[in-house]
Amino acid sequence: MPEPNEPEGVVAGTGAGGGMGLAASEAVTLERPSGGAERTAPQGKPRSLWSDAWRDLRGDPVFVISGLVILFLVVISLWPSVIASGNPLKCDLAKAQEGSQPGHPFGYDGQGCDVYTRTVYGARNSVAVGVCATLGVAVLGSVLGGLAGFFGGIWDSVLSRTTDIFFAIPVVLGGLVLLSVVTGSTIWPVIGFMVLLGWPQISRIARGSVITARQNDYVQAARALGASNSRLLLRHIAPNAVAPVIVVATIALGTYIALEATLSYLGVGLKPPTVSWGIDISAASPYIRNAPHALLWPSGALALTVLAFIMLGDAVRDALDPKLR
Amino acid sequence: MGQYVVRRLLQMIPVFIGATLLIFLMVNVMGDPVAGLCGDRQCDPATAARLRKEFGLDKPVGQQYLTYLANVFTGDFGTAFNGRPVTELMSSAFPVTVRLTVVAVLFEIVIGITLGVVTGLRRGRPVDTTVLLITLVVISVPTFVTGLLLQLLLGVEWGWIKPSVSTDATFDELIVPGLVLASVSLAYVTRLTRTSIAENRRSDYVRTAIAKGLPRRRVVTRHLLRNSLIPVVTFIGTDIGALMGGAIVTERIFNIHGVGYQLYQGILRQNTQTVVGFVTVLVLVFLVANLLVDLLYAVLDPRIRYA
Amino acid sequence: MLLEVRDLYVEFRTRDGVAKAVNGVGYGVDAGETLAVLGESGSGKSVTAQTIMGILDVPPGRITGGEVLFQGKDLLTLKEEERRKVRGAQMAMIFQDALSSLNPVLSVGDQLGEMFVVHRGLSRKDARARAIELMDRVRIPGAGQRVRDYPHQFSGGMRQRIMIAMALALEPALIIADEPTTALDVTVQAQVMDLLAELQREYDMGLILITHDLGVVADVADRIAVMYAGRIVESAPVHDVYKAPAHPYTRGLLDSIPRLDQKGRELYAIKGLPPNLMDIPPGCAFHPRCPMAQDVCRTDEPPLYEVSEDRGSACHFWRECLHG
Repeated sequence: MPEPNEPEGVVAGTGAGGGMGLAASEAVTLERPSGGAERTAPQGKPRSLWSDAWRDLRGDPVFVISGLVILFLVVISLWPSVIASGNPLKCDLAKAQEGSQPGHPFGYDGQGCDVYTRTVYGARNSVAVGVCATLGVAVLGSVLGGLAGFFGGIWDSVLSRTTDIFFAIPVVLGGLVLLSVVTGSTIWPVIGFMVLLGWPQISRIARGSVITARQNDYVQAARALGASNSRLLLRHIAPNAVAPVIVVATIALGTYIALEATLSYLGVGLKPPTVSWGIDISAASPYIRNAPHALLWPSGALALTVLAFIMLGDAVRDALDPKLR
Repeated sequence: MGQYVVRRLLQMIPVFIGATLLIFLMVNVMGDPVAGLCGDRQCDPATAARLRKEFGLDKPVGQQYLTYLANVFTGDFGTAFNGRPVTELMSSAFPVTVRLTVVAVLFEIVIGITLGVVTGLRRGRPVDTTVLLITLVVISVPTFVTGLLLQLLLGVEWGWIKPSVSTDATFDELIVPGLVLASVSLAYVTRLTRTSIAENRRSDYVRTAIAKGLPRRRVVTRHLLRNSLIPVVTFIGTDIGALMGGAIVTERIFNIHGVGYQLYQGILRQNTQTVVGFVTVLVLVFLVANLLVDLLYAVLDPRIRYA
Repeated sequence: MLLEVRDLYVEFRTRDGVAKAVNGVGYGVDAGETLAVLGESGSGKSVTAQTIMGILDVPPGRITGGEVLFQGKDLLTLKEEERRKVRGAQMAMIFQDALSSLNPVLSVGDQLGEMFVVHRGLSRKDARARAIELMDRVRIPGAGQRVRDYPHQFSGGMRQRIMIAMALALEPALIIADEPTTALDVTVQAQVMDLLAELQREYDMGLILITHDLGVVADVADRIAVMYAGRIVESAPVHDVYKAPAHPYTRGLLDSIPRLDQKGRELYAIKGLPPNLMDIPPGCAFHPRCPMAQDVCRTDEPPLYEVSEDRGSACHFWRECLHG
């Protein structure tokens, strides 16, 4: 059908024949704007999944941009005073709800605190909660899921039923129930809760990939040669089963940050005087009409952070498993 | 098929018991159920002891749970924080949340699938890139932020909707809250449909359908869509339980007196019976929705055999 | 002539470059005639067939030249809607892998009946009756009950019979069968091929049989067109080719058939690999693999020389090949 290409941006449903068909079209998509050219690596050089993935990632603008955003977040989490000289807890009620002014680009919130300083300082707790919860979930989930997948049998059944139970409980609800009685203002109860309710997600992934890896010929061969269980697991299975866990954990990191903010918004997450985007958004919502800036800036920072982690996870997944694209 | 349903129902029992026990323990161990019964005041020790005895709270937790479960099976969910039976609270709250969920699911189906099909058929075109970018942003912005922003824009600034929903919570009042509740899932449905369509579009049977001389519309609707929607339907089905459980944030923003609102009240007032009762029903909804999805799967895909 | 392809050029634009899949192919088939199109994978035989059917994926595919004359009309100039009406009704295609080529979620009755619903405007009930008739005709036992079954419930041979039934549904003038028996068990292959040949005679259809299996060709084909790197390298009546090939590539293909009377001897294989379609060798595309190649083969592309009235060979040394 030698018809001309339809013009860009035509609404779907018109045009007959056009794009339907069979041959693999190498459409450039948002997820992978970089070409496939870098796959044609120098011949003879040994290439592993990881070095392949790393080469792909370096050329992937999505990875580079989200990586830079995350790097920036980590830096300001560690040293917020680098870009914000003020004190996030020093507030002046007289200036409540005032808009942008010199030295205070984001204006003041309902309590007269400087929104810019609080937004910068809010990164620390969000990132800390996200990273710690992800680490906890990844370790607990991988160990439980990996062992269940490796040994199978009764442990596997018990674990599968247990994860079913956890999946049946709505997350935000569980957070409300568990955290409503916590009075301290540290970040640890929130992290503990996320690990408690988050591990089943990772354990399912880890279990599945361990079962897949276990069936590989080289694992069977190592077993036949008398390798011990621990050697099989650590040396042969874990390196091949860890990729999906890393991908899901990276994306989960973003969702944990969002969850922390949601719980803080509901009043059961982090609590003042801890500085948190969720708390600030919640506090700003009653004044949404008069001082929308107090809500928009922390919201924007939160969304950008979550977006960066999700996109990073997307990019890592594409690099580690080109088939999934 | 019948056997399969029975087996699945039997499998649901331990999950149901486990989930309700878990929430029962969480509520009982973490909070003091008596504290909520004396209103806002602190209970004096004598009253507290009497109340404990009256509600069987002096018994071991395991026994309390069994008693509770037994009562639930006779339709007795206990007493809510306002002194009325929890079932009464449920009968007013659930219809509201069900309506909200229906609106949300409709959004997922109508908008999510439409966008997914449009982008799946136009991979790499500007339409595709734009929609994909929007879905990423929607996924990244937490629901409560989306909700507050829409409330600010549509309710306060432009005055298109009332910022809070009346106690009747009619369908037209729930359109924007339903969109907010659906937002993240909506983005996932779009992406899932897009991937599925783009994958199946290159399949041999679609090529056959074209070679048969079918009009493009028929190729898409009858051959491509039918196959591509199988994973999407699964997602939406399992999402129903999550939506009802997650409605708590949306209901708080728009002041909707549904399940989430009552649960929130129950938690604030530490009313064990309300919280456990509502969660029990939500867990049941989740399990039943999952079962229905599995059964629907067999209808949609004849290759699936339940042995 | 029922169908005539003239000087057809098709290319695919990919990220890595332009792949020239079809480079000036021409062949024809008459009513009641079977043309076997022979070649390795990547020789352009399937792409040519897809272009004839109008199911080429555009983009990345692009038709850059040529004509496809069907009953005197150039299909490539038709509007898509007219083209669609030709597909299935006047020319039909049978694909290699019936399992993936049939829609897994529709019953075979629905998929067969769809032809009558769409092209003939029959009611669903009448279409179903016609579907059962068709299944009877391709000798599927118990057609009346099996019409409600789904593709995965049939054996490989039965599935391919359903593909054949679907192609025959509207009694088209031309059928293109793209490796119709390759995916089947050897024992079933002959049955399916015989059925196809029988139905072709019965309906007096033209048949383009795309294959890389010379064994099949000898039994059913009238003519052979051998393709290499998107061109026809030899075109001839089937018996002439078997008697004496006029192109070294054809000769190589014939020599690589295992033969019972030469048991014990080492099997011949054409040396080298099929050409990269993004970088087709200059001159004769086959020269890097040709045992007879001379200097002229590296520089001058051979035209299709007329060997006899109904025979052509794209080899500078076709005479030597024919007699040596």
